[in-house]
Amino acid sequence: MARERRSARRPAAKVSRLRKKTAKVPPQQAPGPIEPVVRDGLRGTPLRDAHVQGGMVSLERWEPKLEYRWDTGVAIGRFLEGLREGKILGVRCDRCHRTVTPPRAFCEWCFKPMDAWVELADAGTINTFSICFITWDMQPLEVPQIPAVIEIDGTSPRVGFLHLIGALRAHTVDGIRKEIRVGQRVRAVWKPAAERTGAITDILHFTPA
Amino acid sequence: MENQVAIVGVGLTPLRPVSPDLSFREMIFEAATRAYADAGVTPREIDTFVTVAEDFHEGTSITDEYTPDQLGAVRRPVHTVAGDGLQGLAAAYMLVRSGAADVAVVEAHSKASNIVHHEEILALALDPTYERPWRVNPHAVAALEMRRYLHEANASPEVSAQVVVKNRGNALRNPFAAYGASLSPEEVLRDAPVAEPLRGLEVSGYADGAVVLVLASMERGRSLAGRPVLIRGIGWASDEPSLSGRPWAQAVYAHLACEMAYRLAAIHAPANEIDFFEVDDTYAYKELQHLEAALRLEVGEGARLTVSGRTARDGELPVNPSGGSLGMGYGYDASALVRTAMAALQLRGEAGAMQVTGARSAAVVSWRGVPTTSGGAVVLSAQ
Repeated sequence: MARERRSARRPAAKVSRLRKKTAKVPPQQAPGPIEPVVRDGLRGTPLRDAHVQGGMVSLERWEPKLEYRWDTGVAIGRFLEGLREGKILGVRCDRCHRTVTPPRAFCEWCFKPMDAWVELADAGTINTFSICFITWDMQPLEVPQIPAVIEIDGTSPRVGFLHLIGALRAHTVDGIRKEIRVGQRVRAVWKPAAERTGAITDILHFTPA
Repeated sequence: MENQVAIVGVGLTPLRPVSPDLSFREMIFEAATRAYADAGVTPREIDTFVTVAEDFHEGTSITDEYTPDQLGAVRRPVHTVAGDGLQGLAAAYMLVRSGAADVAVVEAHSKASNIVHHEEILALALDPTYERPWRVNPHAVAALEMRRYLHEANASPEVSAQVVVKNRGNALRNPFAAYGASLSPEEVLRDAPVAEPLRGLEVSGYADGAVVLVLASMERGRSLAGRPVLIRGIGWASDEPSLSGRPWAQAVYAHLACEMAYRLAAIHAPANEIDFFEVDDTYAYKELQHLEAALRLEVGEGARLTVSGRTARDGELPVNPSGGSLGMGYGYDASALVRTAMAALQLRGEAGAMQVTGARSAAVVSWRGVPTTSGGAVVLSAQ
């Protein structure tokens, strides 16, 4: 289902960009017949993926075609419009004295409607990050993907969103760890205005400030 | 009886065919705010939260992880029931009844308008080996049931049309309803079948909306602002899932669920002891099956009661005075809790233009929808 949702909402662009960098998997050899074997006194029937793919194993197949169009509503809708304009918007709760992004219509702490919209800086601090040499669907990457939680400037502590760190010089773990760290200051790198669609991907990535 | 459980707060948004102005979170926040105000509780005074939701209806895996914010339930006990709305109500009921919680909340919502291909989700519910390959219209499962029901009931399709006329007419008096209409049986019978003998107007239309109920022990409920509605008994049951093995004419799950609820409620003669009914009518003929379960009737007797006019809002056994799903709109997992909310408002005497005169007790019967044979029942009383 994750695959279906992703492709429904964000056709191809990012996925294919990642795929170009994937190493080729060697072609599979033709599978032999399915036969029981006895090895070290243990009996079993070895199966390979090619047996399954080749229809040699009896199984049921079904590909779900799930598609959704979510109403973004007041808070997310305005946030996405802000991104289209190159702005990161947040909301403020005067009772709990905190400013948060992504925005929400109500404060989940005091359960009252939020008090005001605020425009935030397009810069922040890395709360935590990972260095991934495998994509979300297990394809190997030569240039790693670096997911990070960014605390946006002007928000209360521990408020921000998941994004990517990009445009680093290094491509190895050791090299990347010399360029970024927890607490690293970063700034947003935006798509050109004409290419923005009102999506979190309107920010291409964050990069060390 | 110790630890009696009551509904002490009711909150819902009006049902609508589309709701592009609100996210599901914002819609639930609105329903929860109303329910908490109705009960006179703050989220901090609620001990536990239950949400009724199916991932495939939301388009989010493990969708209950997205529940806490809009219920005021961050860092609180929350769990999901991926089932019928009354199974969620039963979970909250048991938490209070057992003493694990003084105040419990149950929530359900529908963003049916956000699902692009309902038929694909329904197809996934059919058996992949024996049933899915035929790619039949999912409404055909209901049509198969409707034909067998009409056959065994020796009833004409007109009775199903009468349910549509009654419920959509009742909905005209209900400000929460999306599909109120003045129709004649002839207009319903003239409508094109979606899967003969089931006509388009006999299928309830999808609706978006959210519903939140606050439950409390009777003892706690007396000190709260809301007017408590006692949950006297609750039940649920599932029959055989296979399309070949199920009893098509009779909703056996509903009979079993009603018996469980009646046993807890000490109901012996439902026709005498229950003043009105809110029952699932996702498809018009389902109201007849579910009424037969609620009244312990043979197949076909529900049809004859309907023809006689006794199930009208001002009849002696009103069924779906709210308009049911046909009149209010069908909201998947939320439908059963909407029925319950409507019954609770009636028992508080706060149903306005749709008020059933002298309503003191009600039975709600739910169904989990095509292609399931699962449902629930709850008996409610005014205090």
